Amino acid sequence: MSKVTSAKRVPAEQITIEGLTGDAAIAHALKQCDLDVLAAYPITPQTIIVEDFQKFVANGEVDTRVIPVESEHSAMSACIGASAVGGRVGTATASAGLALMWEILYCAASMRMPIVLNVANRALSAPINIHNDWSDSYGARDSGFIQIYTQSCQEAYDTTIMAFKLAEDHDVLLPAMVCIDGFILSHNVERVEMLPTEAVHDFLGTREPVLPLNPDDPITMGPLALTDYYFEFKEQQDEAMKNVPKAFKKVEEEFEKMTGRSYGMYEEYKTEDAEIIILTHSTTGGTAKAVADTLREKGEKVGVLRLRMFRPFPTEEIREILAGAKAVAVFEKCRSFGAASNPLALEVRTALYDLDERPMVADFVVGLGGRDVPPTTIVDGIRKTEEYLEKGEAPLYETLGVRK
Amino acid sequence: MSEKYDEIPMAGNIIKPGNATEYKTGGWRSKRPVHIPEKCLWVKNGTCGLCWIFCPDDAIRLEEKDGEYVHIYDYDYCKGCGICAEQCPVDAIKMEDE
Repeated sequence: MSKVTSAKRVPAEQITIEGLTGDAAIAHALKQCDLDVLAAYPITPQTIIVEDFQKFVANGEVDTRVIPVESEHSAMSACIGASAVGGRVGTATASAGLALMWEILYCAASMRMPIVLNVANRALSAPINIHNDWSDSYGARDSGFIQIYTQSCQEAYDTTIMAFKLAEDHDVLLPAMVCIDGFILSHNVERVEMLPTEAVHDFLGTREPVLPLNPDDPITMGPLALTDYYFEFKEQQDEAMKNVPKAFKKVEEEFEKMTGRSYGMYEEYKTEDAEIIILTHSTTGGTAKAVADTLREKGEKVGVLRLRMFRPFPTEEIREILAGAKAVAVFEKCRSFGAASNPLALEVRTALYDLDERPMVADFVVGLGGRDVPPTTIVDGIRKTEEYLEKGEAPLYETLGVRK
Repeated sequence: MSEKYDEIPMAGNIIKPGNATEYKTGGWRSKRPVHIPEKCLWVKNGTCGLCWIFCPDDAIRLEEKDGEYVHIYDYDYCKGCGICAEQCPVDAIKMEDE
């Protein structure tokens, strides 16, 4: 794909404004993306996406075949089958559901199926917990999916639409995960501006599959590749991942022409002269920006780097932004047990390692299992970071907001 | 086996049907069957053919050429399993190290 459609600014009178939850916003986006197939299993807090979408189908508002499956393992399998014959395919999941999809995530990515998977981030068991953290999608970070984390319902809506265009780009052809924070975003009503359906159709066009399954011209997909070829196919996949930033930029530029909105692989907020940069993503990014505003009023030089794209990780760009700071305070809702630190901080430290003068990295694990991350938690982290700067060393990671 | 990663079809897809014949399996062989025509019932009178029936790789061909019966091994596909030698009722096949 990747051909430039003649995107035009959508006039204001054609924009529908509604109060929608993150899940509902995504369901609307999926409806407008003109899916051929949606195979999904409802799981909290993603349920509304599938429920709403089924309503659209039942009411005849969208011509999509919904496959109600018995598990997420089957959901992703059905998606791969539908994508293999050239369909535009979407699904959604969370937590244990994503864990159950695990095996098939790798198949989707390795078979180069441009499926869009919406994840409402939720903690993993045990104990069973339905609330938000990032352990589920972080666990799938090496599966070969593109991963984008969004902060608002509007962003979730916009990113879901863009994700199809990005995934289906012929230089990419990789599945994409669009993540929202469970409950914090999935069940929170916000103002969402929706495009007219025709505009979304024009923007996405029809998927042009490269090598679809076709009974008249049979091919074999996903066969055996052993020591002689497997490595080469992984190299192809890696190459496709490297093509993502360029394709993403192109997709966003076009989307911006249409809507005036674009988000980038990350959002920089007051980072220019910042001494401490908060690095986080999703809704925590919003809290962090509010904290930065308050501290700036007091004259403290604090900025925020809200990451959107975690896979591929925008290493070069982030390195440049962070290089000028004294310290980076990473806030992440995941613990990698037994690791040197945690997924987000590990990436950041790796990105910074080759710099001659590195900012200090302080890693704070927050909000596991939906534990609230109020502005005070972020401020706590910043105060600790200041202490560490004075001392000249920071621990590899620590938890904030836990009773200890 | 010599193509680079960007010279092969995407994702391991096999884009030509029926191309398994191009996948030579003879390289696995550590022992090779050697035919002794003087003993072979097929060569003598065109009977038997047990080696042909039992070969799991279709690597033995029994043919009739100019009124003569001939026995041919296709070493591109013979994995050297030795089933033919085992089945031959007149010991007309013996396995030798490669």
